[in-house]
Amino acid sequence: MTALATFRVALRALQRNKLRSLLTMLGIVIGVGAVIAMVGIGNGAKSQVEAQIATLGQNVILIFPGSTSSGGVQSGSGGVGTLKLEDAKAIADEVPGVVAVSPGTRVVAQLGFGNQNWSTSVAGEAPEYFDIRQWEIIEGAGFTEQDVRSAAKVAVIGATVALQLFGEENPLGQIMRIRNVPFQVIGVLKPKGMSIMGSDQDDVVVVPFTTVMKRLSGGTNLRLITVQSAGENWTQSVVDGLSDLMRQRHRLAQDRDNDFIVRSQQEIAEMATATSKVLRLLLGAIASVSLVVGGIGIMNIMLVSVTERTREIGIRIALGAHGTDIMKQFLIEAVTLSSLGGVLGILLGLGTSTLLSRFAGWPTLTSPDAIIVAFLFSAAVGVFFGLYPAKKAAALDPIDALRYE
Amino acid sequence: MPPVIQLDHVWKTYRSVDVELHAVRDVSLQIQRGEFVAIMGASGSGKSTMMNILGCLDKPTQGRFLLDGCDVSTLDRDGLADIRNQKVGFVFQGFNLLTRTSAAENVELPMMYSRHFLSARAMRERALAALAMVGLSNRSDHHPNQLSGGQQQRVAIARALVNQPALLLADEPTGNLDSKTSVEIMEVFQTLNEQGITIVMVTHESDIAQYNKRCLVMRDGVIRSDTIVSDRLNAKAQREALEKA
Repeated sequence: MTALATFRVALRALQRNKLRSLLTMLGIVIGVGAVIAMVGIGNGAKSQVEAQIATLGQNVILIFPGSTSSGGVQSGSGGVGTLKLEDAKAIADEVPGVVAVSPGTRVVAQLGFGNQNWSTSVAGEAPEYFDIRQWEIIEGAGFTEQDVRSAAKVAVIGATVALQLFGEENPLGQIMRIRNVPFQVIGVLKPKGMSIMGSDQDDVVVVPFTTVMKRLSGGTNLRLITVQSAGENWTQSVVDGLSDLMRQRHRLAQDRDNDFIVRSQQEIAEMATATSKVLRLLLGAIASVSLVVGGIGIMNIMLVSVTERTREIGIRIALGAHGTDIMKQFLIEAVTLSSLGGVLGILLGLGTSTLLSRFAGWPTLTSPDAIIVAFLFSAAVGVFFGLYPAKKAAALDPIDALRYE
Repeated sequence: MPPVIQLDHVWKTYRSVDVELHAVRDVSLQIQRGEFVAIMGASGSGKSTMMNILGCLDKPTQGRFLLDGCDVSTLDRDGLADIRNQKVGFVFQGFNLLTRTSAAENVELPMMYSRHFLSARAMRERALAALAMVGLSNRSDHHPNQLSGGQQQRVAIARALVNQPALLLADEPTGNLDSKTSVEIMEVFQTLNEQGITIVMVTHESDIAQYNKRCLVMRDGVIRSDTIVSDRLNAKAQREALEKA
């Protein structure tokens, strides 16, 4: 029997029991629908997180002060100034694969302009900071090496600060006060939006780090060092290299923990996506249970169908059908059921993700890969669960089958 | 030309745990081309087993069976299926048509399982020709539930004929029909036999056997008598007589 003729016979058998076929498919429909919706939501969340992580800059490695212990008393992270300006310089000079380094200081300060005031974090950084974080200055310009050397009272402000302090006025060239020290605004940063932690990245003032040390806080301890590696492939070797260098510089014995913390952008991304990974696994488990239950439903109905049609099978075998002809017929029936269920499930899943993104505001992103995999998987479910009933049908004895009432 | 059926010392034995049952014992038989044979016998006489062997649905336990010169005893399941498809046409007591399938499609069924490929159009043409042979040209689109018992049996006969088999095998073909329709069906068989088709039928009605040319009577698995039907009935004349009455 030709494949086309077999397919027609199978399709007709399914048409005869429309409601039953539909109900049988339901398990697969829900399973595949759940997979598609899940992948859509998961990918959407992932791409959102990735977009946020990209605001960190490119190939960025951050070094924070860690805990020190003296005489068994641990200070806690960031408690003691273990990061020094010299560390930043050494990293820039000695670690291969490092493109740029910006030593960072942070101080929370009250800003003032005219009768407006605003409290924010003031970042002391090197001129390279804007490049490393790929942070465009939309008005004016950044500060220079010369400004760093002279601890110039110049500031580049974020969009939130510009709005809060200057409102409608053009902030460029204005003199504002930071802890009552007058600073000239020389640049305005492009808005970056929320960070992965949910804080407003635009609520910031960036000044040369020397200015913070000399005019705002005093002291030469760093709150972080921002390092840019030459590329993604370099990241690990740079992390290893600068860790070794720092341990050496801090004279840490073999058995002592690092007194600094190194985080690469990839690590931060992994941490941020860890929860969504768990969620995806959970949804995936639910979806696969649903697919298995759907498959068992198909097997059950196919077994019923084989029993119901014992006489028909007997007739076909008596008229010269081979076992493989009968097997193909029932297998195609099962696969048609499951893959039709798969198609309906894909539509259901796409509909659900569209509704979720429209009404619940969840970002969803459906990939064609997921659709193809879901379809193939549903077809495979049909083959797997249809095989036993089909084999049972093919093995029927024609004499008994013809006598079956 | 070889005989259509040649049985040489054929046995069929069913074994349960400790009992051996010989359904067919040492039967030797020849049926030539163009014969029209009735196999009669009470239930348990072995005629159904005989029928299953002749129809290649079952294989003899011992002995040799040549169907149209081809040794069936050595074939496997698929080989038997091909022989049934090519050399045997089945007509059953219960018609055994596929429900919700048109008469023409029922007749096409053996061609679909044939190892010789036919186009859909060729299949339809041959199906319609077979339906014409049994006088049902105008019913090709009807489903079995739209046809009378006699018409359903004619569709079954058309289906049995469509692959031009060497042997037409009928198992109680009139068992589910009233006497008038039975005569009509026997008329179809007689007409086909006159065209040279070899027919073997199992029946337990002696008046139906009267339409055949040769009559075998089985009892306890052996053929007790093998006679030429002397006072043979003509179905056409019988039908005309019935219509007048």
